[in-house]
Amino acid sequence: MEILKKYPKLFQWLFLLIVFFALCFAIDVPETYKFIRGQAEFVKDPNQSTFVFLGKEVRYYAFDVFWRLPPLLGWLPIWINDSLFFLMNDWMPMEFWNEDTQEYKTRPLVLQITRNLTAFMTFLIELIREILLGGLETIVAFTSWDWIDANPWAELPGLPWTIVAAGSAILAYKLGGRGLAIFAGLAMTYISIFGQWKPSMQTLSFILVAAPLSFIFGLSLGIAAFKSKRVEKALYPILLVMQTMPQYAVLVPALVLFGVGDHAAVIITMIVAVPPMILLTLLGLRAVPPEVIEAGRMSGCNNWQLMFKVLIPTARRDILIGVNQVIMVCFSMAVISAFIGAKGLGFNLLLALNQLNIGLALEAGLCISLIAILLDKMSLAWANKQVDYFGNLNFFQRNKNSLFFALIMIVGIALAYFGSIYFKGGYNYLFEVPHNKGISTADFWNKGVDWIFDTFFVYIKAFNTWLIVEVLQPMRALYLRMPAIATIVLVVGAGYLIGGIRSALVVCGLTLFIALSPWWDRALVTTYMATFGVIVSCIIGFTVGTLCFQNKHSTNFMLNVCDIFQTFPSFVYLIPVMMLFGITDTSVLIAVIVYATIPATRYTIEGLRSVPSGLHDAATMSGVTKFQRLFKIEFPLAFPHMMLGLNQTIVFALFMVIIGAFIGTEDLGQYILKALSDKKGAGIGLTLGICVAFIGLIFDNLIRTWVDKRKKHLGID
Amino acid sequence: MSEPVIKCESVYKIFGENAETMLKEANGNVDAKTFQENGCIVGVNNASFEVSKGEMLVVMGLSGSGKSTLLRCISRLTDATGGKIFIEGQDLLNLNNKELIDLRRNKMGMVFQSFALLPHKTVVENIAFPLQIKGINTGESINKAMDMVKLVGLDGRENYFPRELSGGQQQRVGIARSLAVEPDIWFLDEPFSALDPLIRKEMQDEFLRLQEKLQKTIMFITHDFDEALKLADRIAIMKDGVIEQLDTPANIVLNPATEYVRKFTEEVPREKVLLIEDVMDSSTTENIGDLKVLRDEIIENVAEKILTQEKTVAVIDNNNNIVGSINPTKIINTVFGGRKNNN
Repeated sequence: MEILKKYPKLFQWLFLLIVFFALCFAIDVPETYKFIRGQAEFVKDPNQSTFVFLGKEVRYYAFDVFWRLPPLLGWLPIWINDSLFFLMNDWMPMEFWNEDTQEYKTRPLVLQITRNLTAFMTFLIELIREILLGGLETIVAFTSWDWIDANPWAELPGLPWTIVAAGSAILAYKLGGRGLAIFAGLAMTYISIFGQWKPSMQTLSFILVAAPLSFIFGLSLGIAAFKSKRVEKALYPILLVMQTMPQYAVLVPALVLFGVGDHAAVIITMIVAVPPMILLTLLGLRAVPPEVIEAGRMSGCNNWQLMFKVLIPTARRDILIGVNQVIMVCFSMAVISAFIGAKGLGFNLLLALNQLNIGLALEAGLCISLIAILLDKMSLAWANKQVDYFGNLNFFQRNKNSLFFALIMIVGIALAYFGSIYFKGGYNYLFEVPHNKGISTADFWNKGVDWIFDTFFVYIKAFNTWLIVEVLQPMRALYLRMPAIATIVLVVGAGYLIGGIRSALVVCGLTLFIALSPWWDRALVTTYMATFGVIVSCIIGFTVGTLCFQNKHSTNFMLNVCDIFQTFPSFVYLIPVMMLFGITDTSVLIAVIVYATIPATRYTIEGLRSVPSGLHDAATMSGVTKFQRLFKIEFPLAFPHMMLGLNQTIVFALFMVIIGAFIGTEDLGQYILKALSDKKGAGIGLTLGICVAFIGLIFDNLIRTWVDKRKKHLGID
Repeated sequence: MSEPVIKCESVYKIFGENAETMLKEANGNVDAKTFQENGCIVGVNNASFEVSKGEMLVVMGLSGSGKSTLLRCISRLTDATGGKIFIEGQDLLNLNNKELIDLRRNKMGMVFQSFALLPHKTVVENIAFPLQIKGINTGESINKAMDMVKLVGLDGRENYFPRELSGGQQQRVGIARSLAVEPDIWFLDEPFSALDPLIRKEMQDEFLRLQEKLQKTIMFITHDFDEALKLADRIAIMKDGVIEQLDTPANIVLNPATEYVRKFTEEVPREKVLLIEDVMDSSTTENIGDLKVLRDEIIENVAEKILTQEKTVAVIDNNNNIVGSINPTKIINTVFGGRKNNN
């Protein structure tokens, strides 16, 4: 009894676990239960039960309520789908002027709006794309097809790759100096020589539209939320869900609204990229010291000047992280949106992955990563650029970059012209290296992979089999063995113990949503994969982070590595693992582990860094050993920060698990992928996405509440 | 005397939701306790004073005494809940946004405790900032800012970022920025509080040198009584939002109005603060010795001379006219007397 009083929390947790296990053992697996491999709603099975809600028939396998809750929310996807179609096809028909047929036509309002939006996006993308690659659709947009037929000279010729490469090097030089310029030049030349020019420019044109638009929208909404509490309150839940929503899931409804193609991809990218931008803008603006705002006011700023000359520049650090996020999301979406017909590197990457041509996938992936890193560094350099007021420059010095670019233009065009004579009949390599005519290292990589596979096949296979048979399958079976009611008790109990009744209610709501959806089993599989990934990532991340923290150089080195790895689009991670482990759960999990280790490592280092140096010294003076200091001082204090890292690790892991569906998993992601190719998949895709988001939010809520309490307890902010 | 530059008439600042209705109901008799019970916090309570041209008013008080709030009311960074504030005759609280911005752009400068420099701008850009906000073109504003850089002695560091400067240097930038538009009124909110003692003393001397040259109308906030004595023409001592006493340093030291003020004055070395004229006897002019001292001499500087005299010493003004006298006993009384009784 004494012990009970001394550690009340410990016993509460023990009690919760006992209840959980008791429930697990008390509730038997129903005889009819089996993991449904197909999609239940499309299989006509006499064993299924049905119910009708809002005129929608929902079919499901009935079990004991304690084992699996009935899918009372099964009507939701169908209903979402129907509403979406109603909105698009029947709601508010209106007369609209049709430019092509020169007459009024009746069209539903939403359809008209989305089509106009689409046309606008298409125009923007085409404009940039045709400057880079040539084409005639931009000209057509201003004139007509007939006119262009009559005046073939007006077609945009596109820029020779030499000009683009040199131009980007000059721009990089102007923004960030010599190092960046060399990197830009080399990256562009690499892309050209390796025959990835056209898809790369297509991707670039997509990014150059999506990233600035996302930035502008995110910044404006962030400002609006900063200025008005009401806007913030309205935005907050959406932001929260969008943060943990897998990008796949957004694709499906957008497909219905905006159709297929680059324009739809831009809009989806904005939907995904804007929320983190809003959050970071808000965070940055909040952190501006009040005295700086007052200094701005006293300097006579009006509201506009105060926002754009004082607040935003002062909040620059967070806003730049936002820009970095936007660029990351854009590149990751550049790949994912290939599913809905966006052109470019992403499409090539998916195609190569599909054909298991690791070499090609690697090349495409490398190009994406190169462009991503380049744009990221350039945007950073741009924001940190300094003006020299005191240099006494003459006309040439002031305009040397523009003059140099003009020179490059002339040389480039001359070269291209020369090339057109020199390479008569063949391809003009000085204008554009065609896709299949560049140097390709694909064979080399493929051979390498084959060699690795042949040489280490036995070991890889043995490891693979061991992992799957001994670890993964039992773990998965354990997760699926949990009765729904036991899981809910566990999660809600944890919520109550950590955050009190409020947290318990929030977590309960989120869990119930998943439990009442038709995909509880799948959600369990997703959770099992994510759990495995998170555990391994955390072990690696915490260890590596702690080890690296012992030395200043290794700390910086590791943070830089994290930076670079984070810039890679998520799909790129699938390439090496598929190389080694083929199409198995192991591949997905290893990709998950690599991807999710980044935040785990980063937050560990940053957490340890946040320990005040005074304490560090105080501990040293008390005569602690290195280990004592680490375990008695640094870990306890860094722990809240590290837990936020855990939070990010979970989000990253969930993302990758869902993307892993591309390799082939049996979780929620598989259904999302299926919904993509389903005409009526919008509702399913969205509901599945919400399920995944809710899994993330359950952990998010628990961890955040715990961290806040712990921070208050430790008195750190 | 010409019109005061800053004039406050029973200014109130009360934080809380229904501050205004409560203030009206209180009818000019604001009691901090009753307000607090109703969820309002009294920041400034019935502040009335004037600052004339070229004068330096130091507002002294401990943290939470409402001194910074008072300053923010006068610079209208917050709106006063009640009362009237006139800046050169203009009713500050009735200005619209545009007029207020105009006023700040041309008439006011402010220095902050935490320097409040813009982290993304260099020294010279920070100083040029108010000029550029006003719409002055880049070249001209940078030139003007460079003059300011020289004025505060930061030449050679104009291209540094604030994070690369020490605290004292950062505050020099803050001072230069506040002076860039050549304001008539200069607000300083605990400008030296975040600095080390030695740097603080150096900055105070520098500040006095600048003020001698510029002759601005100044409101200076501090929590350091010694600083107030050193700099002020007049000192206002605040406690719980109320101005306890507003007078010259000498009068505050000699005649503290309340118990609270007295506590501050106890530890003050009077001989360093008071002038001969503060303690001299202006009636007795007989039986005067040969020694003559100037009336605006600090006691400390002449005490030794006076104390060696047996006779009363004559006090003269700058034109060598005898305006009063002082005897050694008076000096001893001033320096040592009166303290024990207060303990």
